[in-house]
Amino acid sequence: MKPMRIVQTRRISQLFFFCLFIWFCLVATLGDKFFQIQGWPVNWFLQLDPLVAIGTILSTHTLYKGLLWALATFILTVLFGRFFCGWVCPFGTLHHFTSYLAHRRLKAQEKIRISAYHPLQQVKYIFLLVFLGAAAYPSDQAILLTGLLDPIPLITRSFNLFVVPVVDTTTHLTSVKGRLYEGGWLIFMVFLAAILGNVLIPRLYCRFICPLGALFGLISRLAVWRIGKAERQCSDCKICERHCEGGCAPSTNIRGSECVLCCNCLDPCPDNVISYQALSNPAGEELQPNISRRGFTLSLVSGFLTVPAFRLADKSGNNWNTGIIRPPGSLVEEEFLQSCIKCSQCMRVCPTNVLQPAGLEYGLESLWSPILNNRIGSSGCQLNCTACSQICPTAAIRPLSRNEKLGLEEFAEKGPVKIGTAFLQRGRCLPWAMDKPCIVCEENCPLSPKAIFTRETYITVRNARYPIKTIETARIRLTEEVLVADTYASGDYYCLLGEHRHKIIGNGRDYLTLERELNDQNIDYEELEVQIRLQQPYVDIEKCTGCGICEHECPVNGRKAIRVSAEGETRNTKRALLLKRL
Amino acid sequence: MKTTTYNRRAFLTKTAKAGAVITAATTGSLLLFDTKRPLTEGLHKTITRLPDFSVDYDTGNTMSIVHGNDRKKSINTALKLLGGIERFVKPGETVAIKPNVAFATPSILGATTNHELVAELVRLCYTEGRAKKVIVLDNPINDPASCFALSGIGQAAESAGAKIIMPKENLFADMTLAGGKLIRNWPVFAAPFEGVDKLIGITPVKHHSRSGASMTMKNWYGLLGGRRNIFHQDINTIISELAGMVTPTLVILDGTDVMMSNGPTGGSLSDLRQADTLIVSCDQVAADAYGASLLNMMPGDLPYLALAEKAGVGTIDYASLQPIIAAS
Repeated sequence: MKPMRIVQTRRISQLFFFCLFIWFCLVATLGDKFFQIQGWPVNWFLQLDPLVAIGTILSTHTLYKGLLWALATFILTVLFGRFFCGWVCPFGTLHHFTSYLAHRRLKAQEKIRISAYHPLQQVKYIFLLVFLGAAAYPSDQAILLTGLLDPIPLITRSFNLFVVPVVDTTTHLTSVKGRLYEGGWLIFMVFLAAILGNVLIPRLYCRFICPLGALFGLISRLAVWRIGKAERQCSDCKICERHCEGGCAPSTNIRGSECVLCCNCLDPCPDNVISYQALSNPAGEELQPNISRRGFTLSLVSGFLTVPAFRLADKSGNNWNTGIIRPPGSLVEEEFLQSCIKCSQCMRVCPTNVLQPAGLEYGLESLWSPILNNRIGSSGCQLNCTACSQICPTAAIRPLSRNEKLGLEEFAEKGPVKIGTAFLQRGRCLPWAMDKPCIVCEENCPLSPKAIFTRETYITVRNARYPIKTIETARIRLTEEVLVADTYASGDYYCLLGEHRHKIIGNGRDYLTLERELNDQNIDYEELEVQIRLQQPYVDIEKCTGCGICEHECPVNGRKAIRVSAEGETRNTKRALLLKRL
Repeated sequence: MKTTTYNRRAFLTKTAKAGAVITAATTGSLLLFDTKRPLTEGLHKTITRLPDFSVDYDTGNTMSIVHGNDRKKSINTALKLLGGIERFVKPGETVAIKPNVAFATPSILGATTNHELVAELVRLCYTEGRAKKVIVLDNPINDPASCFALSGIGQAAESAGAKIIMPKENLFADMTLAGGKLIRNWPVFAAPFEGVDKLIGITPVKHHSRSGASMTMKNWYGLLGGRRNIFHQDINTIISELAGMVTPTLVILDGTDVMMSNGPTGGSLSDLRQADTLIVSCDQVAADAYGASLLNMMPGDLPYLALAEKAGVGTIDYASLQPIIAAS
């Protein structure tokens, strides 16, 4: 039997890791079935990603828990080169496959032409260095932007917030009512553009844009084993470049930093001079990425300067955005932006779908980071749930226990974690502005005692003053037939006679029926008023945790009459709304 | 580039193809031609009622009240007093159970039906009633999956052999209730009732600021879909209409622990009072009228009772049903 060709092994590896990635996307659903999150290491690909690790090390000066996996990737890269790009990366696999589809009919010469090295491949190093520069900014002001283009967060986000939800609308594989994500289209457009790029040049994203690939390119100069040409002389047929995935020019001075270890150059060589070896390359090689020292420094400095550029908007000062309501457990905003990689795992696992990717209106530094939008999904933030804080791979949302979230037992003194405060807009509220009973917000407040309470009031219904003809014990007859039968029968209406109020249980066109018979002192009136009993809601600002269930349930469906704003969130004491009572 | 000689055959084939497409387009257009503008906002296929699941009152007593702190014992005793579940569920029948699964809280807090009580009812339907199939359904207020999981009802009912029906969009049908003022063109969780023979509502006694109390009649709110919160403007009418919409086989009102305050969500054990009472009734108005006393209320404090009685749903005067009262 012929031994399996190396490219065959590579394809199996790519398929395996791609399927594993999809599986992890599907099972990141809260629940205890085997196809739900129970025990599955759904963050594994993100944790393998050294750009996540290095980015967060630069910005937070720690390597959080599972991110240690990236060390394995790092070590393997130091030994073998960019194996991750060619053998593991699910985004790379997708590019590899679509490039194959797009170019499979091309003649060899054409194929060689588009697979050749291109000087613009250095652009990805610029992206990388700008991101790292921003992440390395000192004095707690750093911003982590790697997640915008880092391929693992990018593909995770695209599948979590677009592909899976779109499939789910008809299949209900992962949810009861389907998943909804505002701005998912933009995420998908970026994803689609990256995929369509392959029509122009194979693996366009990997070669020109991918900051992770750039990072691997920098590391792989150390690679012990690498692809090389054993002899300088060959027939120069360039057949080795026909299917070159990295555009690393194996026929000449091979560019080690660009080689993704696809191994397509190994077998076809008619002269048998290309091999994967531990020796230095006798035919000459270019291990350094094609970026000048000046370019390197300039990119880093530019990245550095993006931080003060972002801060011009004063979003971390007085001009902070009250619409940025972060999930419970989120670090204070500056630190949050140093850790969040926009991977969307929190939004994927959130059982109610209230966690949404922030759009461009929240600033580029917050783009696709998690915020609560209580108008979307099945309910606000569930009282007993800490799923987002448990899943976050970088601890931008730090892991909370239920006790800490609710302020129980050892956290009783500290109190519950507040993510914001509900504010009532009386002008839109049914009992406040429109004389209609409601208090759905009070009903749904999950706290005990409730943060929303009511005060009772009686309001005279508009134009509801009626002259009385006679009073017959529990029935008051009016002088004219002015009523619509049973209008006042719902149990919410009262009849005001002088200073006394009597509950109405029914009415005809010219009479009201009262719950109880009137005693003598109440029968001598000429006019009555019909009043409605209203319970008007108030928010106890010290109790409200900003969960947003009231906002979600408020029947004023357009612009809600009760809305959560980030004011009062406990993570940011500088923005505290109330005096702390000790 | 292929060159073709243009001949008669080619011309005729081309003309025939063009002709076929033109004919198809014209026929289609004429068939769909419509000079009238839409007369309504849209055509709604509506249903007007749910099936009647009630059993004949003449076959025995219709209400039992059992005192005790063990829910399993209480439900067994209460059903036995009425002739056992086999009086209500016949062999081979499909039973739907509607618990209150409104909130994503553990059932010990009393905001949802006790999960062990639901499991025991499912078990009784299968073992004593020899039911073919038992389904458990609700359209909760909080996230449905979280509610069924955290209340424990999902797991308890499934391990007793019941099937959980989640409130998927396609299971709702627009309902215009005959004589209804509020339930008009409104989505109702109706599809699961297809093929169902019996319906049992099972719910705890809870304080509720807007309506006074949430008991067996209010429990049917969980069959409504859409923006059902809007009905809070006229809560008593909607509860009485719901009670008229649903004619259950039985309602079971669990007052073992009663939520006295902070309802209907509760959230603290201090909101509960141990009242050691469980009511099984064929008449939901009677059950709730009795249940009011567990909250230290009079039936008159709950206007929806009178509205429902007036609509012929049942009687507030539960004593007239001669309820059998016993200890568990």
